[in-house]
Amino acid sequence: MFHFLGKQSGEKVTPFNFIQLSDAHVGFNGPPDPLGTKAFERAVEIVNKLPQRPDLVLFTGDLTHDSEDKDVHAQRMKQFMEISRRMNVPMIKYVPGEHDAGLDGGGLYRDIFGESYYSFDHRGVHFIGLDNVSQPKPEVGTKQLDWLKKDLSRFHKSTPIVVFTHRPLFDLRPDWEWFTSDGDNVMNVLAPYDNVTVLYGHIHRDDEHEVGHVHHYGARSLIFAFPDPEKTGDKKPMPFDKEQPFKNLGIRVVHENVGGKPQTNTVAIEEVELTAREFSGINGIQQLLKTPNF
Amino acid sequence: MKKFYALECVSGTVLLAVVLALALARPHAARADSPKVVEITAKRFEFMPNKITLKKGEPVTIRLTSADVVHGFFLRPLKIDELISPDKPTEVTVTPQTAGTFTTICDHFCGVNHGSMKMTVVVEE
Repeated sequence: MFHFLGKQSGEKVTPFNFIQLSDAHVGFNGPPDPLGTKAFERAVEIVNKLPQRPDLVLFTGDLTHDSEDKDVHAQRMKQFMEISRRMNVPMIKYVPGEHDAGLDGGGLYRDIFGESYYSFDHRGVHFIGLDNVSQPKPEVGTKQLDWLKKDLSRFHKSTPIVVFTHRPLFDLRPDWEWFTSDGDNVMNVLAPYDNVTVLYGHIHRDDEHEVGHVHHYGARSLIFAFPDPEKTGDKKPMPFDKEQPFKNLGIRVVHENVGGKPQTNTVAIEEVELTAREFSGINGIQQLLKTPNF
Repeated sequence: MKKFYALECVSGTVLLAVVLALALARPHAARADSPKVVEITAKRFEFMPNKITLKKGEPVTIRLTSADVVHGFFLRPLKIDELISPDKPTEVTVTPQTAGTFTTICDHFCGVNHGSMKMTVVVEE
């Protein structure tokens, strides 16, 4: 299901929008979120009703919640795919989370979704999906690092690059396993490039960190949220609020090449909380969100 | 001849005393120098015990055993990043330099509740 949009570098960058979705955990059922796939389905509905259709959707891992029963896990992946395909967008790209790939090293994931790391080009932006969950440890590994070096070698240092992956590539909170042990090696490979944006999931909350000249954006999830690690030492899902069932859950709209300057990476980020009643950045979203289907 | 014999007896007694003293003294010296040993068992999805207390500046050997699959033992503040194999125990000796309460996690994916596998390490002044 993956197709690559050309291999040429130096293509002129033209403005476009894309979406980041993360952490649907299809198959999860528990007190922190008893609604299962409801938030995911709501996100799909919002994506389909955006006034400007996004060029693509990036899904940054934990598509499913794991199960020791391989058949059950496979069924969850198929259910995820069925919901995901309701999005009326030209292209959807995925990378796995540890709940998709941890139990079997990503074997089942690759059977259903294809390669767990890859790259493609779109409108002058080079997109790189990285897998930091298929090894037992939270790492990318030397094989993938070698591939990354080779993949990047044909690009000019000013090429806009978007990396999407599951775990943060820096030490956000190591004692919550919010890190990638060889993330520094990845960032060293990316260091020569001036316009790098990293999108990731795993932490179930939106977060922005600037490390060197690279912006790292953590995404909200589509099932229970985690608290701010600076305000609590305990990694426990935030309690379910039946009055606001989608509170703290959301999607991210990324506007690439704002201003239309070629060979730049003027990225603008808009966070859309699923419970929001107003969203000023996109015309029409207010009307959409005033008629929730929940 | 008798004098020589007496001297031999005296020197033999002294030698015996020295050997005995060393034999008695060595274990005490070894106990004083050897790090304290703390045993921790890992099994899906918990560490037992789930809390240990160490002393700042005092060496300790942590002996890690797995009761089922391979686990990790990751504690960045103490620079510990070990694998625990069910085949044989893993030992790591550290001297904590910072007091505080730290969370150790299993960072080797071990199953569906892997993310909840953690324990507390307290380092006292």
